[in-house]
Amino acid sequence: MFGLEKKDARLLILVAVLVAFAPFILNPFPEGSGLAQFNAGYPDLMQRFVIFGIFAIGFNILFGLTGYLSFGHAAFLGVGSYAAMWMMKLLTMNVIPGIVVSVIVAGVFSLAVGWISLRRSGIYFSILTLAFAQMSYSLAYSVLTPLTGGETGLQPKITDPRILDAALAPGATPKANLFGLEMGSSVELGMGSWLFTFNAGYYVAAIVMLVAFYMSIRIFRSPFGMMLRAVKSNQQRLNYTGLNTKPYTLAAFVISGMYAGLAGGLMVAMDTQVGAERMFWTASGEVVLMTILGGVGTLIGPVLGAGAIKYMENILSKINSDILHTWFAFLPDGLEDFVVTLIYPFIGKGWHLTLGLIFMAVVIFLPGGLVEGGQKIAKLFKRKSPVDDSPDGKTTPAE
Amino acid sequence: MEAIILQVLNGLDKGSAYALIALGLTLIFGTLGVVNFAHGALFMIGAFCAVTLSRIISISHEVVDNTQTDFLGNPLKVDVPYVYDWFGQATGDALIDWAVPLSILFAIPVMVGIGVAMERGLIKHFYKRPHADQILVTFGLAIVLQEIIKYFYGANPIPTPAPDAFRGSFDFGAAFGFDPNVIIYPYWRLVYFGFAAIIIGAVFAFLQFTTFGMVVRAGMADRETVQLLGINIDRRFTLMFGIAAAVAGLAGVMYTPINSPNYHMGMDFLVLSFVVVVVGGMGSLPGAVLAGFLLGILESFASMREVLNILPGLNQIIIYLVAIIILLTRPRGLMGRKGVMED
Repeated sequence: MFGLEKKDARLLILVAVLVAFAPFILNPFPEGSGLAQFNAGYPDLMQRFVIFGIFAIGFNILFGLTGYLSFGHAAFLGVGSYAAMWMMKLLTMNVIPGIVVSVIVAGVFSLAVGWISLRRSGIYFSILTLAFAQMSYSLAYSVLTPLTGGETGLQPKITDPRILDAALAPGATPKANLFGLEMGSSVELGMGSWLFTFNAGYYVAAIVMLVAFYMSIRIFRSPFGMMLRAVKSNQQRLNYTGLNTKPYTLAAFVISGMYAGLAGGLMVAMDTQVGAERMFWTASGEVVLMTILGGVGTLIGPVLGAGAIKYMENILSKINSDILHTWFAFLPDGLEDFVVTLIYPFIGKGWHLTLGLIFMAVVIFLPGGLVEGGQKIAKLFKRKSPVDDSPDGKTTPAE
Repeated sequence: MEAIILQVLNGLDKGSAYALIALGLTLIFGTLGVVNFAHGALFMIGAFCAVTLSRIISISHEVVDNTQTDFLGNPLKVDVPYVYDWFGQATGDALIDWAVPLSILFAIPVMVGIGVAMERGLIKHFYKRPHADQILVTFGLAIVLQEIIKYFYGANPIPTPAPDAFRGSFDFGAAFGFDPNVIIYPYWRLVYFGFAAIIIGAVFAFLQFTTFGMVVRAGMADRETVQLLGINIDRRFTLMFGIAAAVAGLAGVMYTPINSPNYHMGMDFLVLSFVVVVVGGMGSLPGAVLAGFLLGILESFASMREVLNILPGLNQIIIYLVAIIILLTRPRGLMGRKGVMED
């Protein structure tokens, strides 16, 4: 189907089904119950799941296939965001031009950065990309303020020209839409004490994500993807056979930059604002965390990683000590306080600590990430060795 | 002329911090071959050693002071630091005042301990793994260390002043025959520069003139042969990791009066220090020091108003720009050794 092997087609359909029914799956607990705070089925978070999924899928095409560890991918995301925002300011609040232009602009920008950075490899490549990203961030914050809004960032204003749109009624706020369908609009479905929200923006982003996922499968299975894996396993040997690897790595870099730009454009389409902090190097670090956590070089890993980190960021960070006390209220008082003080550093504002610890554990014990973990567990239950998700199996990046 | 001297001086203190951190990074890289992304966190922990010591010194207990009364006529309760009881008021005050320099003594064992524990507990298992894994695991460690500090000390910067004696500024103009009040420079920054110079000198002397240092240098050049000679090079390298951690920590301790420490100061410095190391040349100690000072001074020149008028925003990007140019024209960095981190 779609030119995919049976196994990949199954994976794609599985992801499509999961994404389509995410509002149900992510909302397993009834409203008002004590566990309702673990529900992740609200539009804002679901949008973030798929958008960061796209970002991580793109990053994985570079890092997972070629082994080049970029520490500056957030720059492409930021550039894409700014491009989409300007389309919304100048052309129309329809999201299509914004998203298309964000991909193109990020592609051009990553072509320039990649052309320079890919002259070196290993840690030098990481430092070069980091340097470019930090430069973009600093410039967006200071000199390019007329273009980027500096510290305040950019929002669509009622006074913007928007030459394709009809004039807005005075007092109305410009809202991102897809041919009139507003991104923020949702349909709510109540079933007993459960409440499910179906958000237009989420489904637009989800369809884009499925297309992106499909394309990444095609890239993984193509001769081009094979060549990228060859770069990862032994670039020197490839060079000795008389092959110039630069076009391949550069293409991978630009593709992953375009994915990042796409994610940036979608971010603006969902939440019409953009600020320079989106390009800070910690944001680049975040996508590295997502990809590693999920599983480098696997198809589904980055999406899982993005989901896991965004879930932790939004759900774990909301738990405060009061909630903990109600959970452990069944324990005797002294013990309750003890348990709460023990857990408290790891949740709420300290969720980064949990993230750091999990990340370290994954790098140390499970270099293949969650996917490898899942495979190991599956192996325990099955006699037959499970189908390997990644054909290369090993995920050692090239030096 | 005055402006140039002023910018050079301004660059020195930042350059000193860059040089010290980059020196530690290079020491670790040169000995163990590990790219340590947690080095910025060590710098930050050093700074919090100073915070901790100044808090410990000023731990006090309440005493009812009959000579002072509040507005109702009751005797006033006064906080008296324990150091007053033990050493008398004058010495106690001096101790509290000099908390930051005193922290050096406190920070050295702490940082060496942390460094050795880190190497034995974590880094040791990563020698055989690719550099990308080392970067990732130390990056994770940096997040963890940072969050631990944040949990205990909060997210806000903690002001930690320098001793009173160094509060003022030094008027270079008056001292060296220029116009007075043109080149004014805080004393503490001079102290910082001097301190950095001493530490850098000490590290180089240690490597150059002691037997231990000689063995370490031999190990850096050819680890296998040194091991074949029956020398336990691993133990020495572990200690070098501790020393590198101590260098970063001391850089942090002395930096506290310049910049109030907060939990993410390490990360801010780390990114720049990596750039410094790469510019200086991976694995080259003199290169790291040279590049540290050079980039610090370049940065301060780029923030001159005359320069900013021509090229706005240059001060924000100069370091990265220089790094990109150096990496593309001199791939090994300014003083990089052959065969280090090459593909």
